[in-house]
Amino acid sequence: MFDLLGISAPAFFGQLLIGVINGSFYALLSLGLAVIFGMLHIINFVHGAQYMLGAFTALLLLNYLGIGYWWSLLLAPLIVGAFGIVLERVFLRHLYKLDHVYGLLLTFGIALVIEGTFREFFGSSGQPYGIPPELAGVQNLGFMFLPNYRAWVIVASLVVCFGTWFMIERTRLGSYLRAATENPALVQAFGINVPLMVSLTYGFGVALAAFGGVLAAPIYQVSPLMGINIIIVVFAVVVIGGMGSILGAVVTGFVLGVVEGLTKVFYPEASSTVIFVVMVLVLLTRPTGLFGRA
Amino acid sequence: MSTAAIETLPRVEPQASLRHQYVIFAILVALAMVMPFAIYPVFLMKGLCFALFACAYNLLLGYGGLLSFGHALFFGSAAYVSAHAAREWGLTAELSILLGTAYAAVLGLCVGWLAIRRHGIYFAMITLAIAQMFYFFYVQAPFTHGEDGIQGVPRPPVFGIIPTVDDHVFYYIVLAIFLASFLLIYRAIHSPFGQVLKTIRENEPRAISLGYRVEHYKLLAFVLSATLAGVAGATKALVFQIASLTDVFWAMSGEVVLMTLIGGLGTIFGPIVGAFFVVGLQNYLADYGSLVTIIQGVIFVFCVLVFRRGFVGEIAKRIGKPL
Repeated sequence: MFDLLGISAPAFFGQLLIGVINGSFYALLSLGLAVIFGMLHIINFVHGAQYMLGAFTALLLLNYLGIGYWWSLLLAPLIVGAFGIVLERVFLRHLYKLDHVYGLLLTFGIALVIEGTFREFFGSSGQPYGIPPELAGVQNLGFMFLPNYRAWVIVASLVVCFGTWFMIERTRLGSYLRAATENPALVQAFGINVPLMVSLTYGFGVALAAFGGVLAAPIYQVSPLMGINIIIVVFAVVVIGGMGSILGAVVTGFVLGVVEGLTKVFYPEASSTVIFVVMVLVLLTRPTGLFGRA
Repeated sequence: MSTAAIETLPRVEPQASLRHQYVIFAILVALAMVMPFAIYPVFLMKGLCFALFACAYNLLLGYGGLLSFGHALFFGSAAYVSAHAAREWGLTAELSILLGTAYAAVLGLCVGWLAIRRHGIYFAMITLAIAQMFYFFYVQAPFTHGEDGIQGVPRPPVFGIIPTVDDHVFYYIVLAIFLASFLLIYRAIHSPFGQVLKTIRENEPRAISLGYRVEHYKLLAFVLSATLAGVAGATKALVFQIASLTDVFWAMSGEVVLMTLIGGLGTIFGPIVGAFFVVGLQNYLADYGSLVTIIQGVIFVFCVLVFRRGFVGEIAKRIGKPL
């Protein structure tokens, strides 16, 4: 089959793997965007910057405190998540009564500040972050070589996405969250601290982005621009999937990562634009998105 | 979208006297005529091009309530086409600009037709994503020369007779282009079309129930805005004699939002003030690298939190007259 298409099997599976890896990050980020949008009705433009902050926190923890990858995987989301909660308390909470576009503009401004600051201090070029020694090897699957770290990224992303879905759709806390999304005033009347829940939800969404950033650090270079490059693609993913469904965001993220990877095999010139083309096609046929509610 | 209107836009009374606006306009024109004798004309031309870009953008966001985050697409694409026409095809200045503008209009029609299917923030994300798609296309397309851009664009004479190489002469041509476009926008805002557009901004379901075909009005506003952004971009390519990826980058889309926001959303003169403010800021901070980005971000945050009316909107509120 591969000979017929004029490509080699290792190249095909290699790009497929890269596609799934990219898809893991699209899924994590669009999941965070969907969680935040569901509760705050804000499109979090800083999401890319927070993903970048996660990677940089891991890098700085390693360089200055000698804290390794595994602790960073826990600490960086906590630190960046806490920073997110501060942002929500200081800035975002003033916008809930205003038109949604102001949330987009404000978070865009914050993203400019964060990314500009990091560019000022660290330059635009990327910095390497080593793969943890436990995951250094490679598995020979017969038809391709699978680096252990990449397998770990896919597994970790799937577990976190599934965990988030489970927490929101199947637990008591999640039911409070969904109720507060539908009718915050009523939920507050039942004695649940909705403003606190909003802050924590935002912090959680931000922590997801930071978690993605730490996962990405050993694969991509840690650079101040890594966030903005990915976030616009994730916006397209979110438009395609619609933000109404958690599972929808995750599935769309993975599928589009694979679509992008396969495009790299068959028509490399279009690989950077294919997700946007899919977005246009979805808008033409299903304007509310594949999983969206009108 | 649950909150249909952008809250802080000044409500313009239809019957309000507009005489003070004519006076301000006359003063601005007089000022613009003598400015090149005091200030470097290339800076002024840059300011005028961005002022036109911001005015065109304001028509869409300020009056139509549609937040496009991809307007650099029309600005930068028109710049590419006009630069290419002047350099490779040897067309005259006015034909190069017209060709760039026409391209922006066609793009505006396609993008607008797609994007108005969704509202609010989805509209913003879609326009941003489509603009990014074209950005990647221009990175690879041979005629844009990738990272280098189209350099060494000539300034052909207007109508083949009026020479434009001298900055002082070209300034008045750019000023004429700006004024013509500005008057067109002014006319559009005060026409029945502009009134319906404001109705849609304030209360879309109401406009639909009154029998207006909201989609047509939004699309026309989008195309008009994209076309005029194209005029600005095409002119800018001849002013600086270069068209590059910077003009189609997302950061440029952000800048035009900032100009409109800080000058005053939904005001006639606000975008001009905002554009000159931002261009001046960039000029002043040109040597400080990322500091410009940081300061622009801070201004964004400041404007959204406490200064949503912008400079001109704030003055208009003080004196109680639409500006």
